[in-house]
Amino acid sequence: MYEFLKNLDRRWVFLLMLFAVALPIYFNAQFPEKPTGLARAVFNEVEKLNEGDPVLLAFDFDPASEGELGPMATAFVRHCAEKKVKMYFMSLWPVGPRMVEDALDRVVRSDFPELKYGEDWVQLGYKSGYEAVIKVIVTDLKQLYTTDRFGAAIDSIPLMADIQSVQDFSLVINISAGYAGTKEWVQYASTPYPDITIVAGCTGVQAPLLYPYIPEQLPGLLGAIKGAAEYEMLVLDKYGARDANGQLAESGKYFEGIRRMGPQLIAHVLMILLIVTGNIIFFIERKREGSS
Amino acid sequence: MNRDTMTWTIIFVIGLALILIRIVTSGGLFGKAYVKAVPREYAQVAAPGEDENWIDVTSEEALDYDLTQIPAAQRITWTSYNQTHPIDYANAMAADPNQSAYQFSFWRTFGIWLSAFFTLAIFSFLYKDNPFYKIAESVVVGVSAAYWMVVGFWSVIIPNLFGKIYPESVQSWAMPGLTGEAAKQDLWYLIPLILGAMLLWRLAPKGAWIARWPLAFIIGTTAGMRLMGFLHGDFISQIRNSIASIYIKTAHIAADGTPLLDAAGAPVMGFDFWESLRSVIIIVGVLSCLVYFFFSFEHKGIVGKTAKLGIWFLMITFGAAFGFTVMGRIALLAIRLEFLFDDWLWLLDPSGKRVMDTVGLLWQSFPMLT
Repeated sequence: MYEFLKNLDRRWVFLLMLFAVALPIYFNAQFPEKPTGLARAVFNEVEKLNEGDPVLLAFDFDPASEGELGPMATAFVRHCAEKKVKMYFMSLWPVGPRMVEDALDRVVRSDFPELKYGEDWVQLGYKSGYEAVIKVIVTDLKQLYTTDRFGAAIDSIPLMADIQSVQDFSLVINISAGYAGTKEWVQYASTPYPDITIVAGCTGVQAPLLYPYIPEQLPGLLGAIKGAAEYEMLVLDKYGARDANGQLAESGKYFEGIRRMGPQLIAHVLMILLIVTGNIIFFIERKREGSS
Repeated sequence: MNRDTMTWTIIFVIGLALILIRIVTSGGLFGKAYVKAVPREYAQVAAPGEDENWIDVTSEEALDYDLTQIPAAQRITWTSYNQTHPIDYANAMAADPNQSAYQFSFWRTFGIWLSAFFTLAIFSFLYKDNPFYKIAESVVVGVSAAYWMVVGFWSVIIPNLFGKIYPESVQSWAMPGLTGEAAKQDLWYLIPLILGAMLLWRLAPKGAWIARWPLAFIIGTTAGMRLMGFLHGDFISQIRNSIASIYIKTAHIAADGTPLLDAAGAPVMGFDFWESLRSVIIIVGVLSCLVYFFFSFEHKGIVGKTAKLGIWFLMITFGAAFGFTVMGRIALLAIRLEFLFDDWLWLLDPSGKRVMDTVGLLWQSFPMLT
């Protein structure tokens, strides 16, 4: 056994990990989530908004991160729709507008059909330039966004009448998978203009790099799928799950983050066991080398 | 064939056999996509004193016009095919087997199967490098590059460059919505056009040096902008955030969640142990990590002990970062497996898109789908 573990082919680890993730998905293993302070802070920032407040939702991610960020995107849009705030979608990533469309299909078009394009929400689309885009739109949004994503003149959209720059938004919600993302929004928007409030959701890889901004420059942050699951819990606790007729519905789309925490738990337990096993083998090996 | 190869061959054969069993037992009920055909009609209308405008004949706005007076030449019709759930198709077929609104979509089904193939092809790299993985990798890179180019062209170059230099021309062939203030000509945008052309000169056989000028401009402006961003957003702000009080007082909260008030109506403040401890940990962590990276003194005595404490803080930080990275990677694996089990094999139905039998493996309630 010792020799087998010592020379374990890494493909066995891959196979174990496959089962550790696949089985909880297949058997729909779910575990209770207790929202942490950071998820509550994000939730409270959205809750503070009044009906009709303008909110900028910047979806800076692509399909490669959809598994991590899709659930929080759904929860953010759903929360904003429940609060009846005006939603402005934009992206610094070329595939971001497609991610926005997915979230709109899942939430607005299916469960909030009464919300109208141009009056309740608008898709501004993608602009290239990374942080340069943020630098421009914090003072003059219409200089870059001359049209919406579909080519309509920006001044012809009723929702844009009172918006001159990012400073006019009551809240900026950023969902970030890397560069350009939350870090750039903090550096070029909320730091030089403290009146701009940003809350964010990010991938696990990014989260440790963003924690130093909390709470002064970034009031709240959802870190990876765990943050998404906690936020989903808060939104579901407050608003429940409902269908287009306003009826409560057990729609799986609002539980994606919670559902994906099942495989996380089992896979993390496996990782811990593998690390412990690897260390035990290391110490046994060192002891044997020392005694020989 | 050695024992190792034999073991892995058996594992792959078992995996393949399970998929084949699924195909045989399901009667073809998996990996299918359905659409709903939605007829659309727009009419060209003009209110007194306004420009002509296309409106949806089913919209509230259409109620303001007498659409019966609009000739066929000023109407356009088409059909949108919106993706729908199998359960909607099943219900529609159960109600009327001759209905045509809900349809099977060959191309969307093909897309699901193609996605499943690419997912498995990428997974196959975990066994070893192989042609399927290479094909999938090349397709991802090629499609991504092409997509970025097309999106960049239509989202930025057309509206933000040519739309500024030749607004009338761009409005006539590409962006009919380019009107008002956005349609004003601005010849300053000739400068980025020239710089862009100079950048492309790199591809020419001669005069590649011309591309260095716009490149220098890009590097210079980016470096300047990022320097300010990091100085302001990180360096100065992080120093300011680290200067924290170690004795923190917060308002006492009553059982109903509201702050407790004294006789004068002011909030009752008290020592907050946990917030104070948090501040102490931040200050100790920052100072000890700084000492670890301070090499002007030998790490002995108090300096050495503080540096060791700094290592502990760094290791805990790296461990947390590693944990988050693992979480991210597992989430990516989970979404692909969910796709395979849900959209492709129809073994799961977390969103209620289909009707499953009690076992959750066979979909027998709607035989008309076969």
